[in-house]
Amino acid sequence: MTHQPRLAETTLETATGLDNRKLLMWLFLASEAVFFGSLIATYLLYRGQSLQGPYPGDVFNIPFTSVSSFILLMSSTTMALAVGAAHRGQLHQMRTWLLVTPLLGISFLAGQAFEFTEFYRKGLTLSSNLFGTTFYVLTGFHGAHVSVGVLILLSLWAAAMLGKIGRHNAINVELAGLYWHFVDIVWIVIFTLVYLLEPL
Amino acid sequence: MRLADLRGVAARPQEREEIHKGVHPTLADYVRVAVALAVVTSLEVGIYYLEPLRGVLVELFLALSSIKFMLVVMWYMHLRFDSPIFSFLFAFGVAVAIAVFIATLATMGAGLL
Repeated sequence: MTHQPRLAETTLETATGLDNRKLLMWLFLASEAVFFGSLIATYLLYRGQSLQGPYPGDVFNIPFTSVSSFILLMSSTTMALAVGAAHRGQLHQMRTWLLVTPLLGISFLAGQAFEFTEFYRKGLTLSSNLFGTTFYVLTGFHGAHVSVGVLILLSLWAAAMLGKIGRHNAINVELAGLYWHFVDIVWIVIFTLVYLLEPL
Repeated sequence: MRLADLRGVAARPQEREEIHKGVHPTLADYVRVAVALAVVTSLEVGIYYLEPLRGVLVELFLALSSIKFMLVVMWYMHLRFDSPIFSFLFAFGVAVAIAVFIATLATMGAGLL
């Protein structure tokens, strides 16, 4: 008979019957949603109000950003695979996906660094106009979140390589996964509202 | 909902079982979701260049990104299988974010909304 791993193998003796760390992570993500909601609202508030260039149409490279967006999306898939493997106790697979995910995250960050460098060469700085200020603050904060996620995942991978992560504490991988997926869905919104809707 | 209600949900064995009855999606499920995400992203980029769709692009982009958002949240973040308390917490955060978003644009950028 095949074992069907459950989301929670045991019932926890907490006030809600749920893992408090997971509850706290969801609360944290809810607060992060408000944080990014404010940044995106600020970007849209000042959209099209720059008095001098460069303007979004002068610098955006949609095909390039689409590829880096796709890389981040796929990193969510590998993260989900890592969480699934951790819960099933498939440690070799878990370690593999725990390494692939931050590598994809680093690829995304490299793309963002390239993009920022290109924009800078075209004259867009943090203080050149309203677009530059709001764009760099929004995408910069997102990039910082991705960077933190990469550090967390690499730490988890190192711990897994030392045999400190297994089925008994798969919740650690799951919590890191929740954070990583959140960073991904924030980018889904940013890519649509900032990049794709820019010319409209 | 009061905390006492949440405790009540957790305390009833039958409902507790309901919360935990979901199993992890299989590898095939994850691959299907990944393919769906890839298809939707390709669609987004494809229609970006289609002049005839210019009039409905905003609606299309918002619909497509909502699909991607929901796929990640429901499948990869396991809200489809996990306790409704997590869904409630996250939905509350997103609702407040949308409220802040609308309030900011409506009060400070009257021309936008």
